[in-house]
Amino acid sequence: MTLFLAGLAVIVCAGTLSLLTQSFHRLSMIAGGLGVSVGSAIWVIPACQSLFQNKTLAVQWAWGIPQGSLILEIDPLSAFFLLPIAILSALAALYAMGYLRGHKNAVGAHWFFYSLLAGGMALVVTARNGLLFLIAWELMSVASYFLVTFEDEEPGVIEAGRTYLIATHIGTAFLFVLFVLLGQESGSLDFAHFTLPHASPWWAGTLFLLALIGFGTKAGLVPLHVWLPEAHPAAPSHVSALMSGVMIKTGIYGILRILPYIGTPPAWWGMLLIGLGLLSGLFGILSALAQTDIKRALAYSSVENIGIIALGLGIFLIGQAAGAPLVALLGLAGALLHVLNHACFKGLLFLGAGSVLHGTGTKNMERLGGLMKTMPWTGTLFTLGALAISALPPFNGFLSEWLIYLGALHGQDLNTASLIIPLFLGIAGLALIGGLALACFTKLVGIVFLGEPRDPKVHAHETHILMRLPMLLLAAGCLAIGLAAPWVQALLQPVLADSLGLAPDVVSAQLQPATAWLAYLPWLALGLFSLMAVLTALRWVLLRKRTIAQAGTWDCGYTRPTARMQYSGSAFSQPILLYVQRILQKGNLRIPQGFLPTAASWNEEAADPVQRFLVRPVYECLVWSTAKLRWIQHGRLQWYVLYIALTLVVLLIWKFR
Amino acid sequence: MNVWLSAFLILMVLSNLALLGSSRLGVCIRCVAFQGWLLAFLPFFVHTEGAVYRLLLIALGTLVLKGFVFPALLTRSMQEADVRREVEPFIGYSLSLLFGLVAWLGCHWIAARFPLPTEPGMVLLLSEALFTMYAGFFLIVSRKKALTQVIGYLVLENGIYIIGITLAQNEPLLVEMGILLDVFAAVFIMGITMFHINREFDHIDTDRLSTLKDWDS
Amino acid sequence: MILALFSILAALLFAPFLFGVINRTKALFAGRTGQPLLQMYYDLYKLGNKGVVYSHTISWVFRVYPVLALAGMLLVLLLLPQGGHVALLAGPGDLFALAYILALVRFFNVIAALDTGSSFEGMGASREVQFSALAEIAFLLGLCTLACVTGSYSLSGIYTQLSYSAWLAHGAVFLLIAIAFFIVFLAENARIPVDDPNTHLELTMIHEVMILDSSGPDLAFLHYASALKFWILGSLLIGLLFPIHTGYGLIDVAFAWLGLLVLAVSVGIVESIMARLRLLRVPQLLVSASVFSFVALIFLLR
Repeated sequence: MTLFLAGLAVIVCAGTLSLLTQSFHRLSMIAGGLGVSVGSAIWVIPACQSLFQNKTLAVQWAWGIPQGSLILEIDPLSAFFLLPIAILSALAALYAMGYLRGHKNAVGAHWFFYSLLAGGMALVVTARNGLLFLIAWELMSVASYFLVTFEDEEPGVIEAGRTYLIATHIGTAFLFVLFVLLGQESGSLDFAHFTLPHASPWWAGTLFLLALIGFGTKAGLVPLHVWLPEAHPAAPSHVSALMSGVMIKTGIYGILRILPYIGTPPAWWGMLLIGLGLLSGLFGILSALAQTDIKRALAYSSVENIGIIALGLGIFLIGQAAGAPLVALLGLAGALLHVLNHACFKGLLFLGAGSVLHGTGTKNMERLGGLMKTMPWTGTLFTLGALAISALPPFNGFLSEWLIYLGALHGQDLNTASLIIPLFLGIAGLALIGGLALACFTKLVGIVFLGEPRDPKVHAHETHILMRLPMLLLAAGCLAIGLAAPWVQALLQPVLADSLGLAPDVVSAQLQPATAWLAYLPWLALGLFSLMAVLTALRWVLLRKRTIAQAGTWDCGYTRPTARMQYSGSAFSQPILLYVQRILQKGNLRIPQGFLPTAASWNEEAADPVQRFLVRPVYECLVWSTAKLRWIQHGRLQWYVLYIALTLVVLLIWKFR
Repeated sequence: MNVWLSAFLILMVLSNLALLGSSRLGVCIRCVAFQGWLLAFLPFFVHTEGAVYRLLLIALGTLVLKGFVFPALLTRSMQEADVRREVEPFIGYSLSLLFGLVAWLGCHWIAARFPLPTEPGMVLLLSEALFTMYAGFFLIVSRKKALTQVIGYLVLENGIYIIGITLAQNEPLLVEMGILLDVFAAVFIMGITMFHINREFDHIDTDRLSTLKDWDS
Repeated sequence: MILALFSILAALLFAPFLFGVINRTKALFAGRTGQPLLQMYYDLYKLGNKGVVYSHTISWVFRVYPVLALAGMLLVLLLLPQGGHVALLAGPGDLFALAYILALVRFFNVIAALDTGSSFEGMGASREVQFSALAEIAFLLGLCTLACVTGSYSLSGIYTQLSYSAWLAHGAVFLLIAIAFFIVFLAENARIPVDDPNTHLELTMIHEVMILDSSGPDLAFLHYASALKFWILGSLLIGLLFPIHTGYGLIDVAFAWLGLLVLAVSVGIVESIMARLRLLRVPQLLVSASVFSFVALIFLLR
């Protein structure tokens, strides 16, 4: 635990130092970047201690605030979330040192808030007191707000930040109610003392919904995701990586942390989560397909992945409700592993998108193309990330989705049609999501990195080594987790045992036979690589005495092909989006008019339906109704004093009536 | 539950889904005819006891009317009106299919909660009947051509027929014959009306008939 | 074990033969003599002895794809139970691995097509991802429903327990899934009514247009890989339709091959009597395959 606190201290000191020295660009950069990466790297040690030795590290101080004490604790569940936070914070900080080199703004404030964000996230997953948790939660939200608005000279960044700030506070409001209700009965906000206020299922259901809305807003479950596609593209890329990779997972952590305190789950919680998961997954990936902005597409893909995690959690809850530990174990294992995996590959992809933005100056994929030749490192690493996020073996994404699939397939043991159908719908939905994810990421890779450059005005250059190194490490992580498939469940075992209240050896006795096939996975990967090597050698032998010619791409007889004739990203995804066009896209049609028509145009852009049909009307309603109250605001001091006096009088009368 | 009944159920579901998912009127008519043949066999699955001649009578009546006469009438009006396919329905075909699947689950859910005689397969038959009625309603609501709407009425009646045969243990014949007569008259009249509409206006799109309102012109 | 190795060897040797059977069937229907049954072997040999032309536009992706496609199909063969016998790498959950290794190959197929920068290949790639996403539902849901029927969690578990007595009990379910699989099989192997392997217009193709720029040994690898894919998906369908377990391994495997020949003939018949669907209608076909799988599931659980 000392190490954890030391890491925290290092980070906060580094951030502050960087803020104080911000007029010296270089010093500020090194202090911030190195300090934050070293500090968060330190967290890996306590996290691994807790995970591998199944220990709970704790520290407790009394504090002046009533109801409870200041408790920090790292148990396996916390450690499992702390691990990606530590790794991604460190790597993103390294990347930021490359990314912000030669940035015109002073970077001190950036590093300060970055350190607060990293510290806040670490506190969120270790806090064991409701109030402390909320403080850390707010710290995290506010720090990330300032990071989102760091490049506020860009258009739209301020609005994106505001959307984010409002959304995250609405979520926090629900959490406030949740913690007050939980702490009401016991008179203490310490997690350990939480007791269920009333044992009735209605109460438990209410608490569950509160937690789902509060934490779901942070996680980005549809329809609470509205802030996510706004904030992620606006933020600097390493911040997007951090937010998308780990910050939104604190929402998942919150749900998992709170679940034991609100009672045994009935089946409908699981069905609700499966439904929300499938909705988020499908909506997220279809929206991602509709985007032309790389980072916005990645943001929507985070919604999709949160949906997959929610699907896993839903399987977990159904398994628990039905008393089938294996189903629950597999679902939870898949969900947890996907949290870790998503941190790896989404971090990698956002960093890659940042490199593209840095190297070319645009993130509009319709203007890009052929970057694999000018930015080979970024292109190759991005491709690896895309393979991982499409859940393809031998990368890590496959492992977590495989566990979720298997959990749902084991639903056949439940013998109740009303439980099996949601689980199998989960399989069908995940299959479709997987197929669409493949469409989305082949589009990203193919349009941005392959083919010919689409816009001659865009000039690309490969990025600094500091930006490539973190990506390389993350890509290696994606492959390593995939190859370590047989051993990964050992990592998950303590977390699973804690969450289900089973002994670790019971967990492994259940999981071991069910996941025995994973032992083949490294061999399959090895087989794949060696077969590829053999076949490459064969091709080399076959071609040894033959001509290897170079020519233009076969263009079916057309005489003057240009780079603009390539398939564009929108064209690529159009057939799929045809069916959801009315929901996901907004078109502007200008019809030719008059006897001698001049101009006609048609353009379409992706538009979030929740934003358009839910949030905006509510917002406009709010604006309209508050405008009606405008007459009380007229700027005369006397009247304001009168209001205050009247309010006081009313309060007094109410109190002493 | 025996093999035949399950085959019947599956074929009914598939024909309903085919009705929801196909744009060609000819296919729809053939589906309805197919349903008519299927329904002709239904009395034999459900009523194993009782007088055989009565069952035969129902079966024969159903087969002739639903399996041949109605489809023939519909085909004739289709040829006379010269429409081959439903163009631009209010709800697209894939989406209709999706709704259909959801509705099918819903029908199962409702049927399982019905107070029913506890014979095996009864729940399934009822859910099938409900689903068939749903398909009929859906066709009437979501399609534009008058012909498809007539097909919808027929499918709706098929659903009622299943319920009638399955649940009305004593006098299914009476109930059924009454309804059948109504529908027969309805189809007949619609066929004639449609022919006239088509001759006057060159189309049978019902949603465009609302422009007939006097004050518009 | 030996039987499994034997089946793999057989797949490697005989997979291209099935294309010859299809072509011969089509020729017979059209009243022609047709190509020799071994035509594809000649083609592979010819292509293997040629040089290769690469576009200026391509990157490493295009060069990796042919190798990866073939390697991926070879791996899938390790997972494939044939003739109702346990595969080499069988175990709970291997069905998802099979689907996702095929997806890995598809991923590279698509980006290799985009790598050439040709609008035609982009067009094919776009269609491929759309159709395969829809086919994936029918395929996995169908397999999982079969798993539910047989109470097993692996491909080998499913296919060793399928039998004609199971057909008597769950005939309707099996039939529905078989229809779904047949549609998926046709779509994934780029056959009529989804894709026409013999069309000469790049605008209308899916699979063939994506490998327009491949040549020489690369093209040979790709043709061979698609023959293996035909064999793999065909075996899954045949294992469901003809679950013959005599107790003698070799005879079962021989029946499976016979089944594959029958399948090839029936593909030839389908191609002779049907036209390719309009591209807008293909998703409807694939959705209806998913509907078949789904209806099968509900009927199983009723």
